Amino acid sequence: MADPMRIRAQVKDDKATVRVLMAHEMEGGQRKDASGNVVPAWYIQEVTATLNGKTVLTAEWGPAVSKNPFLQFVVKGAKAGDKIGISWKDNHGDTRSDEATAT
Amino acid sequence: MLNRRKALKHSLALAGMLAGTGLFPQLALAFNKGAFEAKNMADALKALGVGPLTESKEVNITAPDIAENGSVVPIGISTTLPGVKSMLIMTEKNPATLTAQFNVTDSVDAAFSARIKMGQSSDVYAVAVMNDGRVLYAKKEVKVTLGGCGG
Repeated sequence: MADPMRIRAQVKDDKATVRVLMAHEMEGGQRKDASGNVVPAWYIQEVTATLNGKTVLTAEWGPAVSKNPFLQFVVKGAKAGDKIGISWKDNHGDTRSDEATAT
Repeated sequence: MLNRRKALKHSLALAGMLAGTGLFPQLALAFNKGAFEAKNMADALKALGVGPLTESKEVNITAPDIAENGSVVPIGISTTLPGVKSMLIMTEKNPATLTAQFNVTDSVDAAFSARIKMGQSSDVYAVAVMNDGRVLYAKKEVKVTLGGCGG
């Protein structure tokens, strides 16, 4: 299981700005190791964001997203105390879900 | 005794049940491999099944003029137009053009920031796929001092 994500959701008016920092290697499949072998691709493919359990955003990523990906988006109709959930799935089938409370 | 055949049968039945109850959301949200492996803009757009691109002032892209380190290039894409279906980040000269796709719902603004890797200096496109079939874009050239793909 991968390391936890860092999620911060700040409410302003009726919108919450969500910032997520995921811990993932995001290996692009282009790099070679010291002995010249290509390092196989290992990256997050799917990201899902929820507001109080309801899906508000899905994203699909390619290997060109940076290591330890950062994602920022704005959720409408969110208020302080709402639960923002983020989950991802990588191309190995590994998943991780974390939740944060909007402030 | 539970032999292999029976065990397989059981797991199949279980998988069927799970699929039936919608516990496999990943299946519904099939990862579009073809689009993410496309080597150029045209192929990627074709794999996504979206039409020709139109430049639009309503789509915005925020990116640095010069990125010293190609492995971390902060990109912001947004549009103020209503009726956005999805937003894409495309990096023209990367080994695979399509970098990220965000499927917009009514509950989120069509504005996203992320950090991407760039192999070399290239135009970066912010693409907004609209519900009415229009495909709008804005682009910005980012000069990369040190590439972030290979090495």
